[in-house]
Amino acid sequence: MTSTLTISHLTKRFAGVEALRDVSLSVEPGQRVALLGHNGAGKSTMMKIVLGLIPFDAGQVTVCGAAPGSAAARAQVAYLPENAAFHPALTGEEQIRHYLSLRGERPAQALDLLARVGLADAAKRRIGTYSKGMRQRVGLAQALIGQPRLLVLDEPTSGLDPVSRRDFYALLDGLAAGGTAILLSSHALTEVEARTDRILILSKGRLMAEGSLADLRRAAALPVAISVAPAAGQDAALAAALPMARANGDGRLHMDCAQGDKLAVLARITGLPQVADLEVIPPSLEDIYSHFSQRDGQ
Amino acid sequence: MNRIWSTAVVEFRIAGRNRWVAIAVLLMVVFALVLAAAGAAPTGDIGADRLSVIVASLTSLAVYLVPLIALLMSFDAVAGEVERGTLPLLLTYPVSRAEILAGKLGAHLAILTLAVAAGYGAAALAAFWADPASVAGLPALGRLVWSSVLLGATFLGAGYALSALARRPSGAAGLAVGLWLGAVVLYDLVLLALIVSDGGGALTTRALPVALLANPADAFRLFNLAAAQASAAAGGMGGAASAIPLWQSALSVALWPLLALALAIAAFRKVTP
Repeated sequence: MTSTLTISHLTKRFAGVEALRDVSLSVEPGQRVALLGHNGAGKSTMMKIVLGLIPFDAGQVTVCGAAPGSAAARAQVAYLPENAAFHPALTGEEQIRHYLSLRGERPAQALDLLARVGLADAAKRRIGTYSKGMRQRVGLAQALIGQPRLLVLDEPTSGLDPVSRRDFYALLDGLAAGGTAILLSSHALTEVEARTDRILILSKGRLMAEGSLADLRRAAALPVAISVAPAAGQDAALAAALPMARANGDGRLHMDCAQGDKLAVLARITGLPQVADLEVIPPSLEDIYSHFSQRDGQ
Repeated sequence: MNRIWSTAVVEFRIAGRNRWVAIAVLLMVVFALVLAAAGAAPTGDIGADRLSVIVASLTSLAVYLVPLIALLMSFDAVAGEVERGTLPLLLTYPVSRAEILAGKLGAHLAILTLAVAAGYGAAALAAFWADPASVAGLPALGRLVWSSVLLGATFLGAGYALSALARRPSGAAGLAVGLWLGAVVLYDLVLLALIVSDGGGALTTRALPVALLANPADAFRLFNLAAAQASAAAGGMGGAASAIPLWQSALSVALWPLLALALAIAAFRKVTP
């Protein structure tokens, strides 16, 4: 099966500044791909290029076998903007009926779609009275119209509470199972965690890393933190036995060790009689993300 | 077609909820009735039926009001979508920019037609009530209705173009007011100044007709006055109306909406969300 979205050597400049530099990636049918990056990393720019909203300077982009923004591509791509906005004078149902008509679908499906995102009760109220989370749901409802082949979601979970976020990912899982390719952006790795198949990290317009969470964890090879609690009265003896550890006033000893040395170090610590307790803290998602997005390193 | 229709229905609903339909209809009815009452005096002197005289007055009213209502409804069309942030999403739908404008135009034109028909209709009823011979003025009234709608379409298109160029509602509103003042008020004053300073020379005889035809508002006035042959009652432009062939002013009235819409579509295509 061919890729739903293919980007190769994409470069985009705004007034001489490179917003995207030589970015290549592909998204397969049914794949959920997360695009991570700080504000200004180029996530939204890339999405707008995929949607055909803005032109690009170099490289190739193919969306569902067509040029981005062409009639054929637009018929198969759905989009949820970062802050979904609608005319406040329309009701949720009227707005969705209009979007259904624009896609050549039956307007009568509007209530079903709104029910799927939990807005059945508010369907007859004007969008002007909706909360930010509800507007985001209207945005999600319109993105579900007509089983799109590619779904582009710009920070879709930013306005949602944790429960809504879980419902949201459940909806995405259903779509992906039906063959829809999903490209979603976020600025936090913790938000997308295990709900995506692949993670792309973008920094200053360049693709820094690509792979599953396990791949990224392995590639980052960040040290594991180990914290050891001494048995009563054994503080000084333990410190002497573990010269590489440092005490930072909480009564425990702390040390970092490389992934490869982890087992050897643990074996050595558990062999010591002065140890009362031991904690192993793997690198957090934020650590991995920071490692690739390079903000801390510079 | 379905997409244009759906856009038009949504725009009509929005305009209705923003009271634009009520405002436009009320404005036209009130001004038309005032004119019907005030413009009734000269009937006896010129031997025309009452409605024909009122049509001449309504023409002068429409030249100011129809462009104003059209610009007020249209200046927000593109700039408003940009400001609300609704444009990027809309443009990812399989609908062309020309179709979006066509839908908006359909809704706004329907509102304008409603307002014009209500206003002129009220004036006509007043005329019939006072003078049954007014039936003779009906063809002139019909001409006034459809040419008013075309005049409205011209300024709607111009409003969309300004809206797309400005990209901000406040900027678009300023440009719209500027266009209205320039095309409807100042243009004629400048022409008048030229005629006075030229003293009936070549400028008046050659350039003036072209200048009048080049302005959609003046072409509209010429067309209705010449066609109704009520120039005597209208004064002012009467001389010019008889000097320019009817087909020329009719052509200008018919071509301007197309030109304005082409400009609007071209300007909208240049908008990057």
